[in-house]
Amino acid sequence: MEKFESLYHALANLDGYIFPNEIVLNWDVLIVMYPYITGLVAGAFILASLNRVFNIEALKPTYVISLLTALSFMLVATMPLITHLGQPFRFYEMLITPHLTSAMAIFGFVYLWYLMVVLLLEIWFDYRYDMVIWSKEKKGFMRFIYKALTLWISDTSVASRKTDDKLGYFITVVGIPSAFLLHGYVGFIFGSIKANPWWSTVMMPVIFLFSAMVSGIALVMFIYMMINFIRKQKNDILCLDTIAKFLFYILIVDFALESLDQIHRIYEADESFDILKILVRGKLFFTFFIMQIGVGTLFPLATIGFFQFYKPKEHIRKIMYLIVSICVLVGIFYMRWNVVIGGQLFSKSFLGFTSYKADLAGGGSALLALLWFIVPFLILAFLLWLLPPWKKAPHVEHIE
Amino acid sequence: MPIQVKRLLMVFGLFIAIMAVLIYFLTPESWGEFGHYRGLALKEIADKEVKHVDVNETCAMCHDSISATFASGEHKSINCQNCHNVGYKHVEDPTKENIVKPEVTRDFCLRCHAKNPARPENYIKQVDAIEHNKDKVCINCHNPHKPWE
Amino acid sequence: MGIKKENVTRRDFLVKSGTIAGGVFFASLLSPFKGVYATKEPEGDGVWYGIGIDIEKCIGCASCARACKNENDVPKEPFFFRNWVEQYTITNNEEIKVISPNGGIDGFTQTVPEKDIYKTFFVPKMCNHCEKSPCTQVCPVGASFESPEGLALVDQNYCIGCGYCVQACPYGCRYIHPDKGVVDKCTLCYHRLTKGLDPACMLACPTRARIYGNLRDKDSEISKFIRDNNCVVLKPQLNTGAKLYYNSLNQEVR
Repeated sequence: MEKFESLYHALANLDGYIFPNEIVLNWDVLIVMYPYITGLVAGAFILASLNRVFNIEALKPTYVISLLTALSFMLVATMPLITHLGQPFRFYEMLITPHLTSAMAIFGFVYLWYLMVVLLLEIWFDYRYDMVIWSKEKKGFMRFIYKALTLWISDTSVASRKTDDKLGYFITVVGIPSAFLLHGYVGFIFGSIKANPWWSTVMMPVIFLFSAMVSGIALVMFIYMMINFIRKQKNDILCLDTIAKFLFYILIVDFALESLDQIHRIYEADESFDILKILVRGKLFFTFFIMQIGVGTLFPLATIGFFQFYKPKEHIRKIMYLIVSICVLVGIFYMRWNVVIGGQLFSKSFLGFTSYKADLAGGGSALLALLWFIVPFLILAFLLWLLPPWKKAPHVEHIE
Repeated sequence: MPIQVKRLLMVFGLFIAIMAVLIYFLTPESWGEFGHYRGLALKEIADKEVKHVDVNETCAMCHDSISATFASGEHKSINCQNCHNVGYKHVEDPTKENIVKPEVTRDFCLRCHAKNPARPENYIKQVDAIEHNKDKVCINCHNPHKPWE
Repeated sequence: MGIKKENVTRRDFLVKSGTIAGGVFFASLLSPFKGVYATKEPEGDGVWYGIGIDIEKCIGCASCARACKNENDVPKEPFFFRNWVEQYTITNNEEIKVISPNGGIDGFTQTVPEKDIYKTFFVPKMCNHCEKSPCTQVCPVGASFESPEGLALVDQNYCIGCGYCVQACPYGCRYIHPDKGVVDKCTLCYHRLTKGLDPACMLACPTRARIYGNLRDKDSEISKFIRDNNCVVLKPQLNTGAKLYYNSLNQEVR
């Protein structure tokens, strides 16, 4: 009886009519975490690519950091999904017998492609020379680790470094569409559900993609400042200004797309519109208008937009950038929340609502979701220790 | 070919080989017999226990007098197991413990017979629960197996 | 030379586009749109099940829901149903009220005074066993599938419990079994059908409001039911190819 307690509570607090099976909200905060983390990966990677492919020199200090951030979040990206499964130990079936008409099954392969072929390779090419050097400096176990990481290649010639650079560039170019694919696909998982009018829109993959970029860029900005704070280094203000500028542009696109989606929904006003209107004005009011639009979009837009015309003193800008990056991260989290949870709050009969409260007392999903958000930071710390970007040799072009 | 590419191709080759081996060994036996699913699943679902028994072949065998009364009454279209719950255990081993003797309260009867404008008049007799002998239990007057007696 | 080449290309182009256009035209002749209610039985013989529910006969006793729970080990809590009954009430000021206390198992109490009722009726709900079922489409591992008999079934020994199909079903007919951690849904009592028995809900219905049968057989009870009555399926705009046909269903029902 106890495990159904919150369900009985939900049953007693139904608004209108809802199909009896819909009282259970199957996709909880863990599934909110999944597109959130995947989005951070895609966004961080795209920021790294901006530097490399489009040669934006000012972003150089964040290049490796964004790659490592992307990797550390990528490694846990599937964990919220897997821990959410009713039968977690059967997850391998998704790779063994993937059902090709299912967006979720294809995601497994998109994920593997992205992790193995794009992220790992790019980082590997970037670090290969340094790892060879480190393997020569270190002794014992660490020496073995670095040697294994280089795949026992000990070539340090300039020619080999140039090859690394060329191949790394190629991977980055392949990586951009891959990152688009990765997060566009997550959007498609939701956007392709025709039963749910809140999800079912062709805009969904595009919106997910741009919000992913926004969140990833904000995350790298945050992590860059944190790393410098911990290492007691000075932030490169030009770099921060440039990141903020990109954040500003992409945030505008993201906001425009989301607005377009909503305006289209409001103007078309199909049969589901009445219930969605009540949903957004009622149960989603706080998370949608205040958190997602207010805190996550309008405030950062206003702040960074203001900085484009008038630049206050450096330390004020830094503090504001820190606040803005946190606001964006929170806002995008609530954007995912509004999609995932919001899409399940109303009945597919369009006649009523259920309610959702994360079962904190049960120690369930909310804590687990928090865990999957903290673990990437630990992985990142480990990666920064293993592959410190500040100990890297100067880029090959600078040697000649 | 640069050595980096060679080594990486080896690693990827190894990875794909492992995947292929895993796919080979982990794919269930009857996979793809009828479609993209385990063919055996059909049999497993079909093998689930049948709990509602055939009334004519079972209930009527022992409870012949009740059965005869029932068959001539207004309730004849109702399956015995609607009120007495599933009979598969009782058929195996007929005791009083493994069949339900329903507690025939007013609510029990009113589940079907309560006056409700949605109920089609020609299919079911309805009573106004508030007015119709409100303090009495239905079975004091009506025999559930032959309600008009 | 240049002109000649151009001519050849143009002729080439015309021939090719003509072939394509003709091909498309003949292909469209070969497989014209057919199918009742956007459902088309696949090639093959053997039974292909469809279900019919006659709203006018439903007395809202929810014997079907009760029998289903008993037959299929559905958890008794009011959050898990393979089938359930709803009561729709449309009031004189055009409000729609729907109730389904414990899926109808607890009995219906009409709270709207009779003078305010414009229209009221029961709607039994269950899996539509769609032909183009959105739920089997999204299953990532192939644990949810359409059987050769046209039934949407779940392989509970293979299901990973991701809940994607629960989201994809427009009719709310699936749930995650709280003890098993896998999806559970109506099988049209596949274990009974294969033994030649009627599904539990059909057996329990006192007014024979529910029927089922072979859609391939044009003389079967279900085919006649669809032919002779003014049937509709739920949410036809979603093109799920639903095979649960309601006689005299109101447009308000979703």
